[in-house]
Amino acid sequence: MPDDPKAPEAHAPKAAVPAGPPDPAPPADLAPPAFLASLSEAIADGIAQTSYFVGDWTVVVPVARLLDVARHLCDAPDAAFDLCSDVTASDWPTRPQRFDVIYCLYSTRHRHRLRVKIRAAEHEGVPSVSGIWPGANWLEREVYDMFGVNVTGHPDRRRLLMPDDWQGHPQRKDYPLEGPGELLMENPIDWLKLRQARDEADIE
Amino acid sequence: METPTVHHGAMFDTNELVLNMGPQHPSTHGVLRVVLRLDGEKVVDADVVIGYLHRGIEKLSENRNWTQIILLTDRMDYVAAATSNVGYCETVEKLMSLEVPRRARYVRTILCELQRIASHCLWVGTHAMDIGAMTVFLYAFRERELILDLFEEFCGARLTYNSMRIGGLPLDIPPGWDKKVLEFCKIMDSKIDEYETLLTHNRIWLERTRGIGVISGPEAAGLGLCGPVLRGSGVPRDVRKDEPYAAYDEMTFDVPLGTSGDTYDRYLVRMEEFRQSLRIIRQAAEGIPDGPIVGKVPRLIKPPAGETYHAIESPKGELGFFIVSDGKSTNPYRFRVRSPSFCNLQGLRRLVRGHLVADVVALIGSIDIVLGEVDR
Repeated sequence: MPDDPKAPEAHAPKAAVPAGPPDPAPPADLAPPAFLASLSEAIADGIAQTSYFVGDWTVVVPVARLLDVARHLCDAPDAAFDLCSDVTASDWPTRPQRFDVIYCLYSTRHRHRLRVKIRAAEHEGVPSVSGIWPGANWLEREVYDMFGVNVTGHPDRRRLLMPDDWQGHPQRKDYPLEGPGELLMENPIDWLKLRQARDEADIE
Repeated sequence: METPTVHHGAMFDTNELVLNMGPQHPSTHGVLRVVLRLDGEKVVDADVVIGYLHRGIEKLSENRNWTQIILLTDRMDYVAAATSNVGYCETVEKLMSLEVPRRARYVRTILCELQRIASHCLWVGTHAMDIGAMTVFLYAFRERELILDLFEEFCGARLTYNSMRIGGLPLDIPPGWDKKVLEFCKIMDSKIDEYETLLTHNRIWLERTRGIGVISGPEAAGLGLCGPVLRGSGVPRDVRKDEPYAAYDEMTFDVPLGTSGDTYDRYLVRMEEFRQSLRIIRQAAEGIPDGPIVGKVPRLIKPPAGETYHAIESPKGELGFFIVSDGKSTNPYRFRVRSPSFCNLQGLRRLVRGHLVADVVALIGSIDIVLGEVDR
């Protein structure tokens, strides 16, 4: 429901919002794990960027190639990421592609980790990986609920933690901390108008 | 005489029935709602509804400074609060590349394992009570009380401890505390046998748990299950062994595994984890090294810009923190908790299919959820 006119007003973030995480490139003397080499061999345009920070490897993947990369990482014997331990997002409102969606993968066979990251714009469709890892189902529902990331192809896309009729997506940076109640505090007349309009809509 | 034929189908309505269980149901351990579709007494499908305890801890944490968040993590898994404290502090330490003194790492190990025992005590008590064995509940809570006393002596609180600081511990252990921990281990040893006498070979217990909610290892991993639930299906996955944190790399212990992946195996895995936890506590309490309890922590905590994910093994499974720092402000830019109860609860829908309504209660107990952590 990103286009809903009743959604709480976008509040300008107070401090200067950074344009995204730094994603530092790996140091020159550090060889990337072997499964990354075979991934870029199997899917030529699969990796847009590789980064390394405090011991974690991250690959940035174009949205269009996400499913291919995920399928490869799950099935390839040298990667074998059979456990999708987390799917989450972060919001960088100053960027045109404002969302980072992050998939934390783990392999119970090789005991290694990898983070796959995609960058998506406000309404851009992000394909669901729950067909590959069924465990991503609720995690993607939470990402949709909290950020409004447009997850496509999801078997059961509903809100998860917030009530079904909730307006707005609470984890976005422009969503006020105290919730939509702030409108009432700052501009009670507008709030009253909004409530009346809502009540009338209910009666009809 | 001609016997009349009885058509059961004609007499009874055989439509599917939708049964709403919770959010105020005593066996759902809080505010979990499960909408069951029933065919007679068999569960055809289930919809698990959560969010009744959602307090927005992630959003709140993004507006608190790095030290204030520690006490918010208490409010997630409130039966094992110290574990969440350790998980969060270690993630920030990883982000800042801080060195934690060995003494602090040993005490953290002891606290984590005491919490595991306390959490498993609560689990075995409530799980058995859900299935109908009242006695175990009273026994298990008696021993949990001893652990709470130890925590009260260490940090003054009995439930929400706030017992950790970034870079080390808030205070040193009280004199003689390690001796009391060892004494507790001695008492606990025989108590685990007591629980097992009541349950492990109990005919009713076996009937209620064997073959209930069977899930294979690969399927459990695909569903994102973790902790004892995954190990009950025979997948050797334990963060303490695979990605050691605190002082686990210096401890000797085994990871118990199940074979058939049913409720009974998950029970056996947790019972063995009691013993392994005691083994770890003994090694750690006997070998606490001398030295400082806090590393070289800057007065103003401000991690460099970047993002990281760090996981620890909480009593329920893999508790992960994904934290993004922008390097400029004194609060995290993004704070995300991957809670084990959340991911395990997702598997409930798969587990209850084809079982009876009474087994739903057993299965909710067997995956061991805490709603404070599911909803955050």
